[in-house]
Amino acid sequence: METTKDTYRGDFPFFTNNPDLVYLDSAATTQKPTQVLEATLTYNGAQHANIHRGAYELSIEATNKFDAVRSKVKAFIGASLEEEIIFTSGTTESINMIVSSYAGLHLEEGDEIVLSILEHHSNLVPWQQLAIARKLKLSYMYINDLGIIEPDEIEVKIHDGVKIVAITMMSNAIGVKTPIEAIIKRTHQVGGIVVVDGAQAVPHQAIDVVSMDMDFLVFSGHKMMASTGVGVLYGKKALLETMAPYRYGGDMIEYVEEQVTTFAKLPSRLEAGTPNIEGVISLGAAIDYINHIGMDTIHNHEMMLTQYALLKLSELDYVNIIGTTDIQFKGPVISFNIRDVHSHDTAFILDNAHIAIRSGHHCAQPLMHYMKVPSTARISFYIYNNTEDVDQLITHLKEVRRWLGYGS
Amino acid sequence: MDLSSVYTEIIMEHNQAKHNKHQLTATTHKERGHNPSCGDDITLALTVEDNIIIDAAYDGMGCAISQASTSMMIDLVKGKTVEEAREKVSTFIRLIKGEVNPDDALEALEDVVVLSNIKNMPARVKCAVLAWHTLDEALNNPSE
Ligand SMILES: Cc1ncc(COP(=O)(O)O)c(C=O)c1O
Ligand SMILES: [Zn+2]
Repeated sequence: METTKDTYRGDFPFFTNNPDLVYLDSAATTQKPTQVLEATLTYNGAQHANIHRGAYELSIEATNKFDAVRSKVKAFIGASLEEEIIFTSGTTESINMIVSSYAGLHLEEGDEIVLSILEHHSNLVPWQQLAIARKLKLSYMYINDLGIIEPDEIEVKIHDGVKIVAITMMSNAIGVKTPIEAIIKRTHQVGGIVVVDGAQAVPHQAIDVVSMDMDFLVFSGHKMMASTGVGVLYGKKALLETMAPYRYGGDMIEYVEEQVTTFAKLPSRLEAGTPNIEGVISLGAAIDYINHIGMDTIHNHEMMLTQYALLKLSELDYVNIIGTTDIQFKGPVISFNIRDVHSHDTAFILDNAHIAIRSGHHCAQPLMHYMKVPSTARISFYIYNNTEDVDQLITHLKEVRRWLGYGS
Repeated sequence: MDLSSVYTEIIMEHNQAKHNKHQLTATTHKERGHNPSCGDDITLALTVEDNIIIDAAYDGMGCAISQASTSMMIDLVKGKTVEEAREKVSTFIRLIKGEVNPDDALEALEDVVVLSNIKNMPARVKCAVLAWHTLDEALNNPSE
């Protein structure tokens, strides 16, 4: 295995400021390159003005910059229309918007929603609460021992009458990908629509919403090197047009009279109030940065690291990897446990060696319950990680059991 | 940080010891406590008779600190009155907050004072105090 050259790490001041840190938690949030940091600094320090407001030049320029990002996002995910891109505060808000302004409007008592057991709480609790409030049926597609949803499960669970299927493209908890094409195809066969949670997939693989025929796709900026507090809701125009406004206020109106209001067209109708302008600008800069490196390069680099880490971990007989180790079915996320050791102790001991990993239930309690693993340790990679990070992890993992009083 | 101040021998012994980890037959108080962030999840069961905790046990899962703290607490409060146990809970919480020093807590908490190092580790404070908060809740809510 060749070791990686740090072609891109130098772009990230975070690593210059934390030279001893091994950061293995990009599935939670990513670090930002200078290109992104500078884009927000320039906007805040030299160009800050509100958008869609003043007739003065600065405001017009800010508006242009903001709108340019919409077109970048459109191209990035292969959408056909700019107005199909709605800026939100993140995946969570995007999902809540779909749940209350689309599903809440169109579903009736007895209608069925299907999720997968892999879902993050943010793609589960909103649907569950809607189901309770509106007496909908809520079902789950389950996984096999490798964490994979099998074809039969898709056929059986997505049957005639299912109205909405909400599904992640990649599990944040165990790093397994879902058979998204098959799920979309089946859902359309039965006349339902698919809400795709792309929080973990969009930062790491090329997406084409049109060729994949996604109805809705949601994702967060902060998992792809942009700021926190910005995200995207993509929807087919015909679907977005049937959504009720999610919030009322400025920017989303056409004419307001004392007793009545007419609303603006898409995308403004779904973007009330002053948006996170600097967040949107950072998202644009992050997309530029990803395009500059190339999504294929990013993907290949991370999957090489994933393969390398899986190999090294498999050499430790007390490490139990959760889910498949076939990288064909994986993103750059590995979940594991050390025999007899709780993941919190693993993470704590690694933290003491300046290695940042995640531990716990990864906001997927129903999944953990289903797999009967109360918690796991999780590592995840991005473009700035290298094989040395993995080597350091392995070195210190070897100490964990000893600290807890076990021989090796 | 020196990990040996956390993973001390006695803490590791209690983490692995199972003498307090089982079901109780006669239970007068039962309470579940959990740390969502860490995944510690314990259920504490007590048998209180004539105001004395005559038996106590726990069940559940969690990190070494939460498990050891639970086990040590049970050893400490068994045979004590409800008021004494409450007093110990409050002393322990103050110890972990750094409001009382280990020497002054030694009489009340005995070998449990080894957990006092946790006060310097914000990531582990919740693990250490879980059992104690759960005990307090349990004593406030007798079953039936
Ligand atoms: C699969 C998945 N969905 C949704 C979310 C929620 O994203 P956010 O907290 O950015 O709204 C996450 C974040 O961890 C995730 O991994
Ligand atoms: Zn804990």
